Amino acid sequence: MIYQGKQKIWSEYQKEIPTDHWFYVRSCIRQTFFPASEKMFLEILRNRLGKDVYETPSHTTCGGIAYHSEAIPQETVMTIIARQFALMTEAGYENYVCSCITSFGLYTEVMEDWREFPELEAKIRENLWKATKREFKTPKYLAHASDLVYKFRNEIAEQAKFRLVNRETGRPLRVVEHIGCHYAKMFPSKGVGGAEYPYVLAGMVESWGGEVVDYPERRHCCGFGFRQYLVKANRGYSLSNTHKKFESMEPFKPDMIITNCPGCPYFLDRWQYVIAEQTGKTYGENGYGIPVFTYEEVAGLVLGYDPWDLGLQTHQVAVEPLLDKMGVPYKPEDKYKGLNGKRLQRPEFPMNIKCC
Amino acid sequence: MIDFGYGLTPSSTLKIEDVRLPAFGELLRREPDAAKCIACGSCAASCSAGVFTEMNLRRVILSLQRGREKETLPLLRHCMLCGKCQLVCPRGVNTRHLILSIGKVYQLEEDKR
Repeated sequence: MIYQGKQKIWSEYQKEIPTDHWFYVRSCIRQTFFPASEKMFLEILRNRLGKDVYETPSHTTCGGIAYHSEAIPQETVMTIIARQFALMTEAGYENYVCSCITSFGLYTEVMEDWREFPELEAKIRENLWKATKREFKTPKYLAHASDLVYKFRNEIAEQAKFRLVNRETGRPLRVVEHIGCHYAKMFPSKGVGGAEYPYVLAGMVESWGGEVVDYPERRHCCGFGFRQYLVKANRGYSLSNTHKKFESMEPFKPDMIITNCPGCPYFLDRWQYVIAEQTGKTYGENGYGIPVFTYEEVAGLVLGYDPWDLGLQTHQVAVEPLLDKMGVPYKPEDKYKGLNGKRLQRPEFPMNIKCC
Repeated sequence: MIDFGYGLTPSSTLKIEDVRLPAFGELLRREPDAAKCIACGSCAASCSAGVFTEMNLRRVILSLQRGREKETLPLLRHCMLCGKCQLVCPRGVNTRHLILSIGKVYQLEEDKR
């Protein structure tokens, strides 16, 4: 009886995610920070799973960073978003999937605003028509790209060449999952598991053989926080946020971190370098940091893609110790080679955190 | 070590073992108004001493509740007991008696050590 009750409650935390025909929009900053992640998402969905995912070069920024930094007003950002929806409508799609958590939160916010204030939507429609002569339909389903990978996590596990397991000891890798704040903290019903039990990344980790680490600051912000980072005077606050998370997860000795937001992997990765250079402290084993990945990179590793094709050489924290644990083969001499096979310059190594 | 122009800020974590609850309990026994404070800051805004020093009754009360008396008790030395805070307090806290009671309780605690 109790079990049925729990099952019923859990069903309310689920999200309806259609299986096919998606209009995909990229993230501004993910393409710069982790350039292969979005390519891997399309590769997995189109070529591995045979899904129809459409994207257009006419897509622009959603305006989220400018909006959250209070650089542009809400009506401007709504008109930008209306234009993205117009592109989707013109392409004949109803399901909208975005790569960025900030965008996902913003799209959700804007659609909720329009539902609550229809006169505002009418005004934005007018703005868009005056500016571009376009019209739009709001998406029938809105999803974040991690929702789709979550939905197909078992299909990915079936095709897996490697698992999140320590090849030498057979022990599941201890994985810290970090979900972007704008995924389900603002609108809990829009994320898998809501704000209380977010399961989108934990589900992937469990399906692919890993063990999720539950630590006190698990739901704490990564430290990006827009103005906390963008304004240099506040940047220490951003750093302290990340420091707090690492201090909290350190006793659990995590092997890796998986994230689904553009800012989180960047800050959890780069701030480890800054903390090491300022305090001399590192959080991984043997003087290394804890490697941080996007969920597409982890999916790519599990499916057996070459780590350097996944763009893992763009990470600050060395990923090689984790690749060794998983048994993923890689060529160290290829790490800093360009697509043309020529050797790029090797970056300068930091003083206090070990790199390869 | 590299200077990036910013750094880690000290943790504001409170440790329950640092909070001297018996001392605050004694303060409440002597002056129950200490529990009435809603930390609105009217006392700090109207404080004559606060213009020239860091005297801030609101901060003192909050700090005592959080076990940080060492940082804030010295501020009370700047108080002239003029009573302007008592006039503006929306909760009618007897601030002068509260300040004198804080001095007595925490000085007594200090003497016991």
